[in-house]
Amino acid sequence: MSEAHAHPNYIKIWYWLLVLLAVSVAGPMLEIPAITIITAFGIATVKAYLVAANFMHLKFEKKIIWFLLILSICLLGVFFFGTAPDLMMTEGDQWIDCIADKSCVEQRL
Amino acid sequence: MSMHGPIATHRSSTGIPSGRLAVWWLLASEIFIFGGLVACFVLFKLSGTPGFEDASLTSITAGAINTFVLLTSSLSIVLAHAAIEKGDRETSFRYIWYTIGGGVVFLGIKTYEYIGKISQGHVITENLFWSFYYTMTGLHALHVIGGMVIMALISFDIRKGHNYQRVELIGIYWHFVDLVWIFLFPLLYIANF
Repeated sequence: MSEAHAHPNYIKIWYWLLVLLAVSVAGPMLEIPAITIITAFGIATVKAYLVAANFMHLKFEKKIIWFLLILSICLLGVFFFGTAPDLMMTEGDQWIDCIADKSCVEQRL
Repeated sequence: MSMHGPIATHRSSTGIPSGRLAVWWLLASEIFIFGGLVACFVLFKLSGTPGFEDASLTSITAGAINTFVLLTSSLSIVLAHAAIEKGDRETSFRYIWYTIGGGVVFLGIKTYEYIGKISQGHVITENLFWSFYYTMTGLHALHVIGGMVIMALISFDIRKGHNYQRVELIGIYWHFVDLVWIFLFPLLYIANF
């Protein structure tokens, strides 16, 4: 079983999670895209921290667990930023829009 | 339980019980499964792929209720863990079954959503948004079902006085399932950016 440590006030954490949920649902009602993104993903990140730190007891865990998780997220970042240019950068000397000039289709034929 | 307890509770070269380390290891691999899907979703969406405006067709109310249900079930499983640390088997058993009940409600709402969307013609092959929607929420639902089955098995085990440490281990897994939903909710329901 887990090492002895004081349990956080779980009810209080849950209460805050519900308040944050309400804010993230209310955000889009303002119909301002920037606020929607901040309330949606910013609050999701805060909620994720509250769950991981308190419910999963990550704040009591040894550094190796933090290392394991941060490494995983960093490798995910490598995947994201490694492939993003292929999809999102449509200008430059090396860029060939093979869908528009139909050469992709011809290559497959 | 043997005199020294199961290996998962004490044997470790990292200072972390090997059972808990294994669960964290599993979750690190899950980051790639769900993170990879989320990363691809964001890439396609930001590159202007048609179809992603269909995010406005998902029900924020259903998504919000499911978020509430999962957050509450996360609370109940952590209370089950707190109870079993005090040796209170019955309270822990009860809280585990509240959590399973949360999972049932979550899946019920998800099924209702699926039926509604499919009957409107929004099937997995309609466009890329719906492909991601069904793949991500379907994979997440499979994790919910898996967690519920394991919790049910553990609940009867602890009632007999065995393997108390497993309540914490399934709790960590269940919170991760909750975490995934915390990000799927804004991605698929709220942020139609």
